[in-house]
Amino acid sequence: MTNEHRANGRIELTQQAGSEHLLQVRNLRTHFFSPGAVVRAVDDVSFNLDEGETVGLVGESGCGKSVTALSLLRLIPNPPGRIVGGEIIFEDRDILKMEPSELQEIRGGRIGMIFQEPMTSLNPVLTIGRQLTEPLKLHLGMTSGQARSRAAELLELVGIPNADIRLRGFAHQFSGGQRQRIMIAIALSCNPKLLIADEATTALDVTIQAQILELMKNLTDQLGTALIIITHNLGIVARYADRVNVMYAGKIKETGTADEIYEEPRHPYTVGLLNSVPRLDLPTQGRLDPIPGEIPNLARLPEGCSFRDRCEYTVDRCESENPPAQLVQGDHYAACWEWERVKLPLEAGMEQP
Amino acid sequence: MWRYIVQRLIITIPVVVLVGVITFSLLQLAPGNPAAIIGGDEASPEQIAEIEHALGLDKPYFQQLGDFLGRMLRGDFGTSIFSQRPINQLIQPRLQPTLSLGVQVVILSTVLGVGMGMLSAWKAGTRIDRAVMVFAVLGFATPGFWLAILSIWVFAVNLGWFPVIGYSPLGDGLFQHLRSMFLPVVVNSYLGSALVMRISRSAMLEVLREDYIRTARAKGLRERVVFFIHVLRPSSIPIVTVVGATVGALATGFVLTETIFAIPGLGQMLVQAITRRDFPIIQAMLMVVAVTLIFVNLVVDIIYAYIDPRIRY
Amino acid sequence: MAITFNPEDVAFARPLRERLRETWSSTIGALKRDPVLAGAVFVMLVGLFLVAFSPFLTRTDYTRPEPFLRLLAPSGDHWFGTDDTGRDIFDRVLVGTQISFLVGFSVTALSAIAGTAVGLVAGYNRILDNIIMRFVDALLAFPTILLALALIALWGPGLFNVIIALTITGTASKVRLVRSQVLSLRESTYVEASRVAGASSIRILVSHVMPNTLGIVIVLSTFTFASSILAEAGLSFLGVGVPTHIPSWGNIIANGQRHVQVAFWVSFFPGVFLTVTVLAVVLIGDALRDHLDPKLRGRLESTQRGDDE
Repeated sequence: MTNEHRANGRIELTQQAGSEHLLQVRNLRTHFFSPGAVVRAVDDVSFNLDEGETVGLVGESGCGKSVTALSLLRLIPNPPGRIVGGEIIFEDRDILKMEPSELQEIRGGRIGMIFQEPMTSLNPVLTIGRQLTEPLKLHLGMTSGQARSRAAELLELVGIPNADIRLRGFAHQFSGGQRQRIMIAIALSCNPKLLIADEATTALDVTIQAQILELMKNLTDQLGTALIIITHNLGIVARYADRVNVMYAGKIKETGTADEIYEEPRHPYTVGLLNSVPRLDLPTQGRLDPIPGEIPNLARLPEGCSFRDRCEYTVDRCESENPPAQLVQGDHYAACWEWERVKLPLEAGMEQP
Repeated sequence: MWRYIVQRLIITIPVVVLVGVITFSLLQLAPGNPAAIIGGDEASPEQIAEIEHALGLDKPYFQQLGDFLGRMLRGDFGTSIFSQRPINQLIQPRLQPTLSLGVQVVILSTVLGVGMGMLSAWKAGTRIDRAVMVFAVLGFATPGFWLAILSIWVFAVNLGWFPVIGYSPLGDGLFQHLRSMFLPVVVNSYLGSALVMRISRSAMLEVLREDYIRTARAKGLRERVVFFIHVLRPSSIPIVTVVGATVGALATGFVLTETIFAIPGLGQMLVQAITRRDFPIIQAMLMVVAVTLIFVNLVVDIIYAYIDPRIRY
Repeated sequence: MAITFNPEDVAFARPLRERLRETWSSTIGALKRDPVLAGAVFVMLVGLFLVAFSPFLTRTDYTRPEPFLRLLAPSGDHWFGTDDTGRDIFDRVLVGTQISFLVGFSVTALSAIAGTAVGLVAGYNRILDNIIMRFVDALLAFPTILLALALIALWGPGLFNVIIALTITGTASKVRLVRSQVLSLRESTYVEASRVAGASSIRILVSHVMPNTLGIVIVLSTFTFASSILAEAGLSFLGVGVPTHIPSWGNIIANGQRHVQVAFWVSFFPGVFLTVTVLAVVLIGDALRDHLDPKLRGRLESTQRGDDE
């Protein structure tokens, strides 16, 4: 598996393949099928993740980032969805080729996952204890007694006191933040190599968001767990991620270190995203500019670049050819023909009227 | 939990009393003199007066009502007009066949209904799913008494696997008993399971879409565990409800089935009482069935609380 | 599966003609997409045709006993055979459609009207609500056929009494449904809005709440229709429904039951008609429910959108 994945002659976002990466996603394509339409929710996505690294996957609602996350554990509801192509190499094995039993070992054992809705992600009729001990018994082979005391430890670890009593409780007796803490406890219970947090804090109050993120970051640092943060919030990514992948209309449009993405974005969409959120790190800021236009219909994507209708840098080529990832420098790639012209306007902010 | 049960119990009491009032008042709803209707066309004025007196119809309404409710409370159903014997005595030998039929049908229809519903939900969208749903809709639309007659024709008359009619009490041995009950049990169970199948399927499909099922899968649980623990428990509330409702439908089915298969149970007694206009027996049957159903609903409510902690607390 | 009565349509009243046209075209669309549903509608149309014209389609005098033609097996002369007095079963089954549909439609219409009226009152008046609902609970504690049996034991058998007895229980279930619908509608934004705008309770009830209960009452009515023709057949089968000389499906099945060992066809054919009719009504009811259940609809759309959030 060396440098041969040049699907359709494109340069790949992935570099050299090899075992130095914990996770390599290559040309992942997940589509949703309905009568008469195919929605390309994830369309040729590739990225890497190293051990212990934190990567952000950013984009607007509907850009395919959650579908990407669910695809990693093959949790796409089928029908209507299906992973139609690509590879997900995790610890040198392709998750997409695994037998159900192998996959079940990975899920919850090697890769933990936290979902967006803490209010509905826990089973309302089973005790928290039961839900927390399940993976311990399954993946670590613990007895009920061992699992029970480990579960209590985990609950204390994520900051829920009186664990022995709370283990007998049910989801509705916990607040949203507490439920997300419990989800973190479940996801990390088997010391996974990778934690996927899919909009894990979106549904929570801002103050609680910060607590949960800190908790997640601290625990993954302690355990050496790699972390994929999926969010639409660039602020979260800037603060916690080492690397950032920006997704739009099912494709990764730009990838680089958090600094590169923040300071020197080279894709108009990234620029637009940064312009639409308040930034504390820049002294002057005129106003927040939402990106004009709407996300295209993923079932009827036009030829060429999917962002061109909302883009101010459009050239003729954007109409006909979808830009592959272009090397900016180092590990920084942008999928734009005109990346060299793209600049964060705030740097020259004063020029604008 | 106990508070909840007591609460339910208290709500039930006025309903039971009202059931008694309705049962009693039915007699007053009759056009003309109820005693004359009960006596029939050939009854002499003396006979009618006798019936009137026996039923207490010569007393004021509220006194009669009070007497009636009092008797019901003591479990005294009165006397049959036709046989002049206490109804409690008449009921006793008929309990066993009906109860046996009831228990068998409830168990079989629940197992069949939940099992097929689960299969259908698991295989949603496949041919198996469609086949189960066709089976369920047919069960819903087929008149039980007709199916009973057809089953007699096929399995008893043509194939000779079962007696055409004729009931063997448990005293004849378990095998004989079950064999004589086989056709009525299967017919009623099929019809009873039809709705259970549909509700089970849709309840499980609903739960399968829940976020917490994705969580369960993300933990690496086997599909079997996901299904039997994480799906089955939350979806069992509507299932328990519909099983409870099925018991009501069974009461109807039994009246017809016992008549067709000549099972000497309560349903058969009721049909006989109706043709003989033996109103005290009809009232007794109404009370027995209604109170049984109210009790079943109470049990259903308690099972809810057991399944769903949100109700319990 | 789009057929009639979308609550939003009713709430924001558009011209009737436009609504009817839309309803019509969406119905045709639904029938084209779903052949089973189209079959069910076809069965109902045939049933209605038989209600109107079956007496003119008979080839024999279906009321006159023919002692020499007793229990004949189905043949070219008698497609469904003959019963134990030599009457043609095909003709009797055709004419029997009248009784079933008459009972079905009468019970459905009467209980829908009574149930909606009482349900609206219960949903809007707290004092009456308590009384009505306890009474409804008690009535619903009796299985339909049992209560009907008791009433008929007093009133005597007959078509009219069967209809009234079945209407009573049919009404109780609709009261409960309409009332719960009213209670939730009372809290809805647009009822709130018209209250703020100064509309009277009665006006709100009639012009906002009632139209919105219509859809769900219609869905339940299909169920009432199905269960009442089953109940009528059951009562007739027990000999306490329609008088035995009148050809009703229940009566014909009862006639055949006595001879099941030698002539299964007597019971078989009316049962098939009964089953197919009930099946058609249930399928139509299902389609209506799917169309009305916004939860289900929303879900279908969300899977079609295939979005991730």
